[in-house]
Amino acid sequence: MSLTELSAAELLQRLRSGEVSATDAAKACLDRIEQVNDRVNAIVRVDRAKVLEDAGKVDQKRAAGQPVGALAGLPVVVKDLLCTQGEPTTCGSRMLRDFSPPYDATAVAKLRSADGVILGKANLDEFAMGGSTESSIFGPTRNPWDTSRVAGGSSGGSAAAVAASLAPLAIGTDTGGSIRQPAGLCGITGLKPTYGRISRYGLIAFASSLDQIGPMAHSAEDCALLLEVLAGHDPRDATSVDRPVPQYRESLITPLKGLKLGVVKDHFGAGLDEEVAAAVERAIDVYRSLGAEIRDVALPHGRYGVATYYVIAPCEASSNLARYEGVHYGYRTDEGQLLAELDAERKQLLAAGDKRAAENLDTALVRMYRKSRSEGFGPEVKRRIMLGTYALSAGYYDAYYVKALKVRRLIRQDFDRAFEQVDLIVGPVTPSTAFKIGEKTNDPLAMYREDLYTVTANLAGIAGIAFPCGQSKAGLPIGVQLQSPPFQEETLLRAAHQFQMATDWHKRRPALEK
Amino acid sequence: MSPYTVIIGLEVHVQLATESKLFCGCSTAFGAAPNTQICPVCLGMPGALPVMNRKAFELSLRTAAAINCQIARFTKWDRKQYYYPDLPKGYQISQYDLPFSHDGWLEISDPKGKFEPKRVGIIRAHLEEDAGKSMHDERAGLADSQIDLNRTGTPLLEIVSQPDMRSPAEAKAFLSELKLLLTYLGVSDCNMQEGSLRVDGNINLHIDTPGGKVATPIVEIKNMNSFRAVERALAYEAERLYEVWQETGQKLGDVPKQTRGWDDAANVTRGQRHKEESSDYRYFPDPDLVPVTVTDAVVEQVLASLGEMPVALRTRLETEFGLSAYDSDVLVNQGRALVDYFLHVATATGDGKLASNWLQQDVLRMLNERNWDIAAFPVTAPALAVLLKKVQAGELITSRAREVLQAMIDTGRSADEVMREKGIEQVDETELVALCQELVAANPKVAEDFKAGKMQAIGSLVGQAKKKNPNVNPGRVRELLIEALGKL
Amino acid sequence: MSLTRQDVEKVALLARLRLSTNELDALTEQLSKVVGYVEQLGELDTEGVAPMAHAVEVTNVFRDDAVQPSLPREQALASAPHHDDACFLVPAVLGD
Repeated sequence: MSLTELSAAELLQRLRSGEVSATDAAKACLDRIEQVNDRVNAIVRVDRAKVLEDAGKVDQKRAAGQPVGALAGLPVVVKDLLCTQGEPTTCGSRMLRDFSPPYDATAVAKLRSADGVILGKANLDEFAMGGSTESSIFGPTRNPWDTSRVAGGSSGGSAAAVAASLAPLAIGTDTGGSIRQPAGLCGITGLKPTYGRISRYGLIAFASSLDQIGPMAHSAEDCALLLEVLAGHDPRDATSVDRPVPQYRESLITPLKGLKLGVVKDHFGAGLDEEVAAAVERAIDVYRSLGAEIRDVALPHGRYGVATYYVIAPCEASSNLARYEGVHYGYRTDEGQLLAELDAERKQLLAAGDKRAAENLDTALVRMYRKSRSEGFGPEVKRRIMLGTYALSAGYYDAYYVKALKVRRLIRQDFDRAFEQVDLIVGPVTPSTAFKIGEKTNDPLAMYREDLYTVTANLAGIAGIAFPCGQSKAGLPIGVQLQSPPFQEETLLRAAHQFQMATDWHKRRPALEK
Repeated sequence: MSPYTVIIGLEVHVQLATESKLFCGCSTAFGAAPNTQICPVCLGMPGALPVMNRKAFELSLRTAAAINCQIARFTKWDRKQYYYPDLPKGYQISQYDLPFSHDGWLEISDPKGKFEPKRVGIIRAHLEEDAGKSMHDERAGLADSQIDLNRTGTPLLEIVSQPDMRSPAEAKAFLSELKLLLTYLGVSDCNMQEGSLRVDGNINLHIDTPGGKVATPIVEIKNMNSFRAVERALAYEAERLYEVWQETGQKLGDVPKQTRGWDDAANVTRGQRHKEESSDYRYFPDPDLVPVTVTDAVVEQVLASLGEMPVALRTRLETEFGLSAYDSDVLVNQGRALVDYFLHVATATGDGKLASNWLQQDVLRMLNERNWDIAAFPVTAPALAVLLKKVQAGELITSRAREVLQAMIDTGRSADEVMREKGIEQVDETELVALCQELVAANPKVAEDFKAGKMQAIGSLVGQAKKKNPNVNPGRVRELLIEALGKL
Repeated sequence: MSLTRQDVEKVALLARLRLSTNELDALTEQLSKVVGYVEQLGELDTEGVAPMAHAVEVTNVFRDDAVQPSLPREQALASAPHHDDACFLVPAVLGD
């Protein structure tokens, strides 16, 4: 068995025993990337020399008998939305194509101090806005199970990298489902932790009150390993919560007998693909067989989740992305061209006798902003900036933004009530399996509805995990989602792990070789 | 009688005296080379997050409590969104609908009686971050402006008054009193030259017409860089508004609020050009910062820790030390350190008026001359008290004591040391009697004049006594001379 | 509710975007659709419900007033598209 097909836990065992060196592991991944990455386009940047240097350092530490971190020698892929010091961090956008931050994200710094080896940066939807990883300047990521289909998004690069065995571990981010949905579509395990569990410092913001970093891997056990490293309070993030980080791996083996699992009837109604519904039903049967008690629960405001999300997220995004105006960093339009353009417009207006319009022409500065932003951002980012700007503007603020915040509270209250009756909620991750590349790019609303089952967890700030529970007749992975009350990642990971002990969906790998 | 009433409200921005910025650890020190006090947070770099400075919030609470504001038990931070190159995030972190304090007042008065004492209402005080600076050198003919972000993120307290002031003099008094209060609280250095205190004014007129009172449109005035400029700009604008009203008859609501800048050199306000795009700041709660709750206990603690504010101090100087309103105002306006100096001297000598006179006539004059503050004054309060006690005891006459004080300032020595050096000592009474008898005997012509009722003749003998011994007390010499002459 | 082209142009200026005619047309239609979809929230009675702006109900997070090193100036300016030795540069900002 090739090193790249091992789970992180298996690889870590071999690294610890000395059977495999960090350099061996890094080389195996680098070689694999060289072989298959151009078919999936999961990873957008690899610095081979640097990766080998980092891996070599871990080997030296081990050889010298120095203590090593929890991830010592494990290759990890990082979504290109997290800052890596002195290395390009692009968000998949022309706006930041040449941007190298002078600091590491806290999550990245934690990876490094745990002796993880950062293998490269993963592809994503531009600024994480999307559900298909098609809008990146680096081109679309392809689903390793069927390269004519999307990998999901926005952490599609991270999901495809794990699925295609380019790396055993990846870091993604989830604002409305961006870890869980691609995990579901690519047949891997992805956890969106509770809001505040992992520091957002250095995570380039899309919607700050919804964004959360999380682990992506083949198994729940691997996710637990990575979460232990990433979780914890950070004085640099005021919204990171100061509470102890459990040893998530320790409780994985505790049996599920007596676990109360909630099922929401609405999640199995119209719009859910039949094959997906059947696979999720079978997953519920597995839980029943593992001793879990299945109960019906209601989340009456859940169906308003997408509408609520598509007010709040664009509002925050329109503000978070205001900083990209070509002054302090990032893309700036050609100034010579800009001045010539303004001059020509002014002359034209004056010639037409429209003095007032000429006077109200953009100043050079305003036009510089407008052109830089319009050239630097892609269509979906512009769409969301426009939507958010509109919803926050005078006269609409209460009707859209405040209204959405109130519905958000109702959604949270639904979960609070449901979790008084059950420990976890089980259901689908996505309405269907991976769709064709290009299928939904011109229909934003159809793309937004992909988030139906995932957005409510972000709105409520609770945790959720997605993992494979079946395959369609066409051979595409089908995922199942579990959701938990805040800070119950232990239960989530345990329930996913117990499922994976009883099934082998998480062990299947796509046949990417030509 | 003026045909109109001037209505003035002020917006004051005060930089708080913290070491580091509001949301990051960059220094707030003034005067550093451009862009040397910036980091990913205040530069608004992608992924960087703000965390609030505790001291900034504490100083804000102190200030709000001192201007009698209600302290909100729940407050939050909002983003005020607009584009300007000195605002790197594209929004300013400020407070919109739930400021941490509101509804206070500040008492103003004028010891010269230009207006009646009054309370000026405070609408709100809120905490926000300062922006950077953009500089454009037009003379150099450069196409570009330079942006310096050192100031970006400095904690700024915005204090908004009610439109309660009725003259430029009242506006100036409000600012002076506010500045004094802030100085007493130690929350800001209030240096207008360095921009740590900035003022915008809102002004309009209520004009008496045969048809009743008419309000003119409101004008906002910016770029007033000194208290004098504030007074002059408002006075100018009041007159201009009246002229405009006479020409156009425009009333409040007829035209949008105008912003005008004060040109100090030309002594005029000028309209600032505005685009058709109206400002739409799209405020919303900053998701990166969490709300702050304040308990009753904290509010009580803040109130208890404020210390004596200028208004209370003035009253104390008047009632406990018998000073006039004018004198207490002069002393209190010099700041807490000078008042402490005064309190020591006044208590030690038991004579507040004496202490006040010496402070105003001698100490303050010296401070102004040498551009010192009281901390730099070489004569300590106890040292001055020793000197004044000698005056009270008649050991020194006032003019001699002034001489001694000057020497104390110049040399840093005590009153006793200076007097010893100058050979100033009290002359023994028997020695003095002998001297007077000697003088009377030696000047029979004076004795004759004295007998003839020419009292002024004694003057020449006093002069001779001082020549023979500069330490004699002229008053006592005069008494002894009269006694000796009377015995003849 | 649907947006007019004028609405979209106004929002584009607020958002500092400059849209081509095609983009304006497309966005007018797409935003109208999304806004129409979002308006289903109006069905809900939210009277008396407290808005939820944060996903965690944490309050009073502060840092101490301590000065930390700033970035070296060269590094602070390094990412700027246009700068001189000391400052960021932008097309002339006149007046203030």
